[in-house]
Amino acid sequence: MSTPLTLLLIAVVLCLIGVYLSWTAGRLDRLHTRIDAAKAALDAQLLRRASVAQELATSGVLDPAASIVLYEAAHAARQAEEDQREVAESELSQALRAVFEAPEQVEAVRGAPGGEEAVHELAEAARRVPMARRFHNDAVRAARALRRHRKVRWFRLAGHAPFPLAVEMDDEPPPALTDRAPSAG
Amino acid sequence: MRIGIVCPYSWEAPGGVQFHVRDLAEHLRAAGHEVSVLAPADDDTPLPEYVVGAGRAVPVPYNGSVARINFGFLSAARVRRWVRDGDFDVLHIHEPAAPSLALLACWAAKGPIVATFHMSSPRSRGMIAAYPILQSALEKISARIAVSEYARRTLVEHLGGDAVVIPNGVDVSFFAGAEPKAAWQGRTLGFIGRIDEPRKGLPVLMEAFPRILERVPDARLLVAGRGDPAEIAGHLPPEVRARVEFLGMVSDEDKARLLRSVDLYVAPNTGGESFGIILVEAMSAGAPVLAADLDAFVQVLDGGTAGEVFAREDAGDLAERAAGLLLDDARRAELRERGSRHVQRFDWSTVGADILAVYETVTQGAQSVAEDERAGRWAARFGPARDREA
Repeated sequence: MSTPLTLLLIAVVLCLIGVYLSWTAGRLDRLHTRIDAAKAALDAQLLRRASVAQELATSGVLDPAASIVLYEAAHAARQAEEDQREVAESELSQALRAVFEAPEQVEAVRGAPGGEEAVHELAEAARRVPMARRFHNDAVRAARALRRHRKVRWFRLAGHAPFPLAVEMDDEPPPALTDRAPSAG
Repeated sequence: MRIGIVCPYSWEAPGGVQFHVRDLAEHLRAAGHEVSVLAPADDDTPLPEYVVGAGRAVPVPYNGSVARINFGFLSAARVRRWVRDGDFDVLHIHEPAAPSLALLACWAAKGPIVATFHMSSPRSRGMIAAYPILQSALEKISARIAVSEYARRTLVEHLGGDAVVIPNGVDVSFFAGAEPKAAWQGRTLGFIGRIDEPRKGLPVLMEAFPRILERVPDARLLVAGRGDPAEIAGHLPPEVRARVEFLGMVSDEDKARLLRSVDLYVAPNTGGESFGIILVEAMSAGAPVLAADLDAFVQVLDGGTAGEVFAREDAGDLAERAAGLLLDDARRAELRERGSRHVQRFDWSTVGADILAVYETVTQGAQSVAEDERAGRWAARFGPARDREA
């Protein structure tokens, strides 16, 4: 084989590899963007949930014991450092379930002035937290699968982006709050 | 919110996914959102104002049967133009894991994309081969919805990742408010579905029916659905045949009236169901339900408490339970009551709110849907003129 042809072939192959790697890097970049968006959405829902919980705790609608439990949990969730966050948010989920275990409690809050709105807001946030977390973890899984691939590791396509971590927490909403059956039933 | 919905199957052909997309679009429009639906349709098919035709779907063999699919250059160009012109806040595609318009849309767009997975069919060989291609398109989906826990399991097993479960919606009041028809009342069993599709299970019911008549001689069977009655009922003895009535295709109104009238709705399906919307419709109309014990059905029936189940493809068990229910007025009343309460979670008011919650979760802080230049670049390079004209 003549030398120019060999050189040309090598150039073409290198070019193809380059295109493929650039495409993969683009894919990875898109996944990281998706994780960022999903994380922001999850943060927003968690913050919303903690805010409404704190509002309810200080409103005087709940009995003093429930108020303190809920206030503590909501406060801790809002103030938590990043590495303590999952634990604090899980505890808020547990506190919410404990406080709103009885459907009568939910009804009582609904009956108070402005209570209907607060319950609605809390139920919305409590239902969206698991949703947002699932979307986030789904994106994380896709990114991790790609990042574990040889081509990504060898060519350092991920750059300095930190290895994405799933958010693991207890986000089970209080059943009485998200129950779909009509309350009369 | 500006919402773009992609329906994968021909708009003019009746089917569960199409009905779901239609009802969802109408529900969202009624709630004040701007909705545009992209669906395969012949150019001369009359479409509702909110539907944009994506051209004729081509029949190709896929996964063991013939599927009507949009693909190729022209379809891709239409999808891209629709995405560009629509300027949507969120794109909602249905059934993206099959080669379809939905997959094209997923490929051509970027931004907040929500996908609903309806199917629960086992992984096809084509899908395994196409996995890497599929994976890079599916990676763009920001939120996945499965229509049942069963569909979610299939999704997790085959594609990895996770999804939230939001069931298909039903307009409960439409069925609950239908007027019963006297001619369809009085110890009647109902069946709705394709007669010539064995998966829908009519042969099992036909085998069981003579045995039901032995115990309940005045029972009648009403069958609504497309297909040739002679094929399925030709061999029945005349005295049994006389108690089976074929209604042919029925309108939505008649379907609701039929479900309101019958004493028992039977769903003898043998498999391949991921949801079972017909069961929800029957319960909405207050019909007691007897269904095959498919995973999806048991789940729709609230673990078997909102309706009764029998061993699938077992005509003996079906006959036993159907006759028992027809003779037990108290049990039927109990099922009616439980069913009506259970269906509230499938009402569009609930389902629509959940779907909107998903839209809001993924659009929060995100940019709106745009054309994906990475996908479009190739088309732009190889045929810009056709791209613009298509």
